[in-house]
Amino acid sequence: MAYSDKVIDHYNNPRNVGSLPKEDPNVGTGLVGAPECGDVMKLQIKVNEESGLIEDAKFKTFGCGSAIASSSLATEWVKGKTLAEALAIKNTDIVKELSLPPVKIHCSVLAEDAIKAAITDWKKKHDDGK
Amino acid sequence: MVKLPIYMDNHATTPLDPRVLEAMMPYLTNRFGNAASRNHSFGWEAEEAVDQARKEIAALIGADAREIVITSGATESDNLAIKGVAWMYREKGDHIITAVTEHKAILDTCKHLEKDGFRVTFLPVDNKGFVDLDDIRRAITDKTILISIMTANNEVGVVQDIKAIGKIARERGVLFHTDAVQAAGKIPFNVNEMNVDIASLSAHKFYGPKGVGALYVRRRNPRVLLTPIIDGGGHERGMRSGTLNVPGIVGLGKAAQIAREDLAKESAEMFRLREKLRTTLERELDEIYINGDLQKRLPGNLNMSFAYVEGESLLMGINDIAVSSGSACTSASLEPSYVLKALGVGEDLAHTSIRFGIGRFNTEEEVDYVAGRVTEVVRRLRELSPLYEMAKEGIDLKSVHWATEA
Repeated sequence: MAYSDKVIDHYNNPRNVGSLPKEDPNVGTGLVGAPECGDVMKLQIKVNEESGLIEDAKFKTFGCGSAIASSSLATEWVKGKTLAEALAIKNTDIVKELSLPPVKIHCSVLAEDAIKAAITDWKKKHDDGK
Repeated sequence: MVKLPIYMDNHATTPLDPRVLEAMMPYLTNRFGNAASRNHSFGWEAEEAVDQARKEIAALIGADAREIVITSGATESDNLAIKGVAWMYREKGDHIITAVTEHKAILDTCKHLEKDGFRVTFLPVDNKGFVDLDDIRRAITDKTILISIMTANNEVGVVQDIKAIGKIARERGVLFHTDAVQAAGKIPFNVNEMNVDIASLSAHKFYGPKGVGALYVRRRNPRVLLTPIIDGGGHERGMRSGTLNVPGIVGLGKAAQIAREDLAKESAEMFRLREKLRTTLERELDEIYINGDLQKRLPGNLNMSFAYVEGESLLMGINDIAVSSGSACTSASLEPSYVLKALGVGEDLAHTSIRFGIGRFNTEEEVDYVAGRVTEVVRRLRELSPLYEMAKEGIDLKSVHWATEA
């Protein structure tokens, strides 16, 4: 299978790899996918309390090159956005940006889910905790 | 410096040996005669070349030249063996026994026959990849006409106890076919010592050309008859019509000769390189698992799962090395390898498997390079893997509730 240049670039130079402290009240963690399916993404966001903007994002992904690229791109895109803006990111945007073939669309869906899961987790902390 | 890319996928196909090409060349050029032309020298020299090649093919497996039917390759050989027996012996019985880890050419042929009213038993294998001999004994009924069990598996390289299976078949009066495509020319394989009645071979798996193979069909004790699946001019004793692929057959013969003459030496070298690759990887990386039995295995095969690293992403990282993965992402089906599944390898580990196939032309330098690259990329991808991070934190991944609907 031939990969697009952008997928290869994200695979070779993934952006924002790593982990943020899960327990930090300003951090939201999304873990989506399953090992049996061959894809697991962990995406984390850190929201600035004052501005409400996503000031940092990190990811780790178990999956094919397209899954790694989709989550890497997702962290790049959410940074500096409001939660509402981040929620508006669609998997189809990722497909377009990375030129993913049809068999890899599920990777982009997973990345969108990971963003949503991270935001949900952050919101949960803020509804319950504060 | 090692020359890139490195080809280490010798179960998929092997490069043509230059000596084989050299033997074929005259028959691709000025010796173009039809081996069935009986009345001129062009035909005679072609026939002579085919006869000579047939002897070499037979010699590789301890058969008689008259027991070799030339085909277009292993898929045709498997089809001819199974459909040929099924249709010929239909009056006698309608039951076939095979195993779940067979090649698709066997499995799909058997499924086709099921639709035609035959009954097929697909035996399971244990976690090392072996068929249980007692399962075979129990599966045989008075309607069983054929047992088909491959000699060596194309994914995990596991070598079945063919001699014992052949003995069971012989005792119960059932014909025994084996797909010996991966085994022939790599490990000792003798149809008489192993009680084999029918065997499939393919030239391009042992450094011959693509598009030519053979089916061994026993002539006596017992005499095996096959209904042809291709009708026509009655070539190959009526079992396979069609003008003979003379250059291909000459290539198959030459490849068989080289494989037979060099087998002991070459198989020892494959084993040495395979073991070097295995032990180096095992020394450098934790949580890697060998799929299939390590002892009864093709010398050049290494099938390993690299936990927490998805196979396709690993292949992408080692893109200057040609190997295969059992990961779903590398196949069109989106299902991980059915062979690994049959061995009880969990889907999570099946997604992380890589098959290395070491062959005649691989060097120690290449093995060292491959071991180094794989180690480097696995380490890098593990740093990227949330599963590896969780495992290191002591989280039991099996206990995690995964949102699988995503």
